[in-house]
Amino acid sequence: MKKIFKKSFLLLLSAAIFTACSNGKKSDSGALSGSAAEKVYVKPGDHDEFYAFISGGFSGQLAVYGLPSGRLFKVIPVFSQDAEKAYGYNEETKPMLNTSHGFVPWDDSHHPDISQTAGELDGRYLFINGNNTPRIAKVDLTTFETTEIIEVPNSAGNHSSSFVTENTEYVVAGTRFSVPVPQRDMPINEYKGNFKGALSFISVDPEDGEMDIKFQIIMPGFNYDLSHPGRGDSHGWFFFTTYNTEEASTLLEVNASQNDKDFIAAINWKKVEAYVNGGGGKKMPANYAHNVYSEETHTATSTMKKSVTVVDPREIPGAVYLLPTPKSPHGCDVDPSGEYIVGSGKLSSNLTVHSFSNMIKAIDEENFDGDAYGIPILSFDAVNTGTVEQAGLGPLHTEFDGEGNAYTTFFISSEVVKWKLGTWEVVDRKPTYYSVGHLMIPGGNSRKPFGKYVVAMNKITKDRYLPTGPEVTQSAQLFDISGDKMELLLDFPTIGEPHYAAGIPADLIAKNSKKFYALEDNKHPYAVKNEADTRVERKGKDVHIYMTTIRSHFAPDNIEGIKVGDKVYFHVTNLEQDYDVPHGVSMIGANTSELLIMPGQTETFTWEPKQVGVWPFYCTDFCSALHQEMQGYVRVSPRSSTLPLSWSLGEDIE
Amino acid sequence: MEGNISFPSFSTIQEKSMKKSKALMLIGVVLLGALFVLPLWNISLEAPQYPEAIGMNIHVNKIVAMNPNDIKNINIMNHYVGMKDIPEMLPEFKIFPYVVIGMMLLGLLIGFKLNYRWYLVWFILICLVGAAGMYDFYLWEYDYGHTLKETAAIKFKNPDGTPLAYQPPLLGTKTILNFVAHSYPRSGAYFLFTGMLMAFAAFFIGKKETKY
Repeated sequence: MKKIFKKSFLLLLSAAIFTACSNGKKSDSGALSGSAAEKVYVKPGDHDEFYAFISGGFSGQLAVYGLPSGRLFKVIPVFSQDAEKAYGYNEETKPMLNTSHGFVPWDDSHHPDISQTAGELDGRYLFINGNNTPRIAKVDLTTFETTEIIEVPNSAGNHSSSFVTENTEYVVAGTRFSVPVPQRDMPINEYKGNFKGALSFISVDPEDGEMDIKFQIIMPGFNYDLSHPGRGDSHGWFFFTTYNTEEASTLLEVNASQNDKDFIAAINWKKVEAYVNGGGGKKMPANYAHNVYSEETHTATSTMKKSVTVVDPREIPGAVYLLPTPKSPHGCDVDPSGEYIVGSGKLSSNLTVHSFSNMIKAIDEENFDGDAYGIPILSFDAVNTGTVEQAGLGPLHTEFDGEGNAYTTFFISSEVVKWKLGTWEVVDRKPTYYSVGHLMIPGGNSRKPFGKYVVAMNKITKDRYLPTGPEVTQSAQLFDISGDKMELLLDFPTIGEPHYAAGIPADLIAKNSKKFYALEDNKHPYAVKNEADTRVERKGKDVHIYMTTIRSHFAPDNIEGIKVGDKVYFHVTNLEQDYDVPHGVSMIGANTSELLIMPGQTETFTWEPKQVGVWPFYCTDFCSALHQEMQGYVRVSPRSSTLPLSWSLGEDIE
Repeated sequence: MEGNISFPSFSTIQEKSMKKSKALMLIGVVLLGALFVLPLWNISLEAPQYPEAIGMNIHVNKIVAMNPNDIKNINIMNHYVGMKDIPEMLPEFKIFPYVVIGMMLLGLLIGFKLNYRWYLVWFILICLVGAAGMYDFYLWEYDYGHTLKETAAIKFKNPDGTPLAYQPPLLGTKTILNFVAHSYPRSGAYFLFTGMLMAFAAFFIGKKETKY
């Protein structure tokens, strides 16, 4: 390792000298910087230093990349059906996408956040919000699979989500659109004063990670746009930006842009928690899905929950305050120390920074500037500690490097701006291509950012890549931030629209990554653990095939006695117990996707044969040298047939 | 007895020296006990698909997968060329433990009761037993690598037209198709070798001792 360092150091040095001599240009980041290509080059077979989990936006999924290479490793299906992995198609994962509105096979995935312990990333889980039909999903970072989804009632446009508190006590989900709570038939133009905004605190079980809505704070009918947790001294607080404090229900682009200042809502969740633990709040009837995937049964179950605890913030003195913040703030970002709360007024050229200690002082001194629906508004001058002046146009989001620097994206002027906490001076700016939204520094939403890189996520790419018709890719841009000046290293396309991302050093996760599922632990009700137990059973029109796969055959692979009009369940157990040996299976004419079954796992697809004949099925994942031989036949007879069920492997059916 | 400390008598010297060869012999014999805990031999396989080798540790009484499922996975690959499954149980696994116990009992008997010449006898005997064991291992390997199912999906031939054999090396490293097979002694064998050498050394030391 040292040798490699030395070598690359020498290479970099000579490259820098060469560049300096040949064209007289001086690198912004000093004499030691090499070419961008060298910095993102990860030698074939070598591993990246960081994982980057980048949200898929309207794809509904989550993409896993390596940094600094920008290589895509996996797309984890979360809120959308994925035919490649049978997510939402096979019988086992269909319940994951169940909601109070029925089966919703798509969502808009936004803000991934990794679980924390003592304010630092612990790499156990990743949480991400579905924006459209409000849901929070949990991804297990040992299997890189979505293992739990909870629907959020009384919410709409689940956008100020899914950020975790310092010890993952809660994952927080705020509503962007206020709605009638409870939902009811009422005139839209009676929004003002009647619609409400729910901020949901979803507890995460410290042992098994199970999510449960502990309480919802029913706030005035503003739009709750983004949020972040307090940390350090401000641990126990949560901060939400708001816009549309005008409470308009139509032409928001004008009507929600009239107030000079909206608010950052500061929630003392520890106070609310104590209130609820003491019996406070109301149980309100509700209907929302809680979907849990079991690694033992390889099957998800969906349970409808029927009540939720709601809290009126006015009944808990000292629980909620409003911090005036100019110009419809979007990003609400808290620095690693927990002292600074940055509000990005998206219609402004300035950034507003509030101080947590100023806020506490203003609360103690009751330095109020009126109230909104009974919630005290703190005096702007009392809480504001600084302004980054004329930093750019359309500030959206800020991340921190842990070295006293902040990096803010500006959508309209399309750039990332680096500035200093405390002095509020701009020290660097770099253009993005184009119209940057979020940005991410690994660990940037924690007490301990890892610095080194910032990833900017762009909405528009126009001419940056080869054209692909009217629809072109969104992109991520990687900057080296280890020097005084940012250096653009890499542009890479993303899956869907990258809203936000979470980065983490690879060594915190890679070592825990599961290689396969132990067959002996498989408790799927239709699992078979050896070929001797494979069979076909009929229950009326339902036929259950207990099938296995192992290199390179199905057992059984000849089946007769199926009839037109039957519903055939292929329950397929992959008997392999080796790393990276999945088998796939698909049946001609099945109105569903293939299955892609990991070693030790059981999955099920259904097939309703409509035509008489002999129909083949085959393995869809090139599993072995004799993969092409991995196939079988099902004989389908007319409905009136009396042919009994029979099955075989390696011999003819008698 | 005081005098003996500064001027030990002839018999005392002899007693103490006898103890040295005897102790060596006895410790050597006891070292064989490690065979019940530690593997005797290891066969491992590397391939492009297995950057981290897979393989098995052979004990006197069982075959153990190097990593969980290794034997299952070796069997899956070997079935393409028509090889038999690696047996969980071999008849040898019932005999070998008794042979080891027998040799240990015999060794202890010799160590406690008989003179140095018997140490050599025990050494020669265990060499013969070891050689027989290796020969038996070779026969099993030969059978395992040569007895192939007629219906094998993949049949390779040597340049002379004879079927390719998949016998792992008895000792050393050999390339078989996409696999590099390694066959080497493991920790249990080193205890065995050390025990044998100690018995052998005990013979010479015992011989020297009697010249006093």
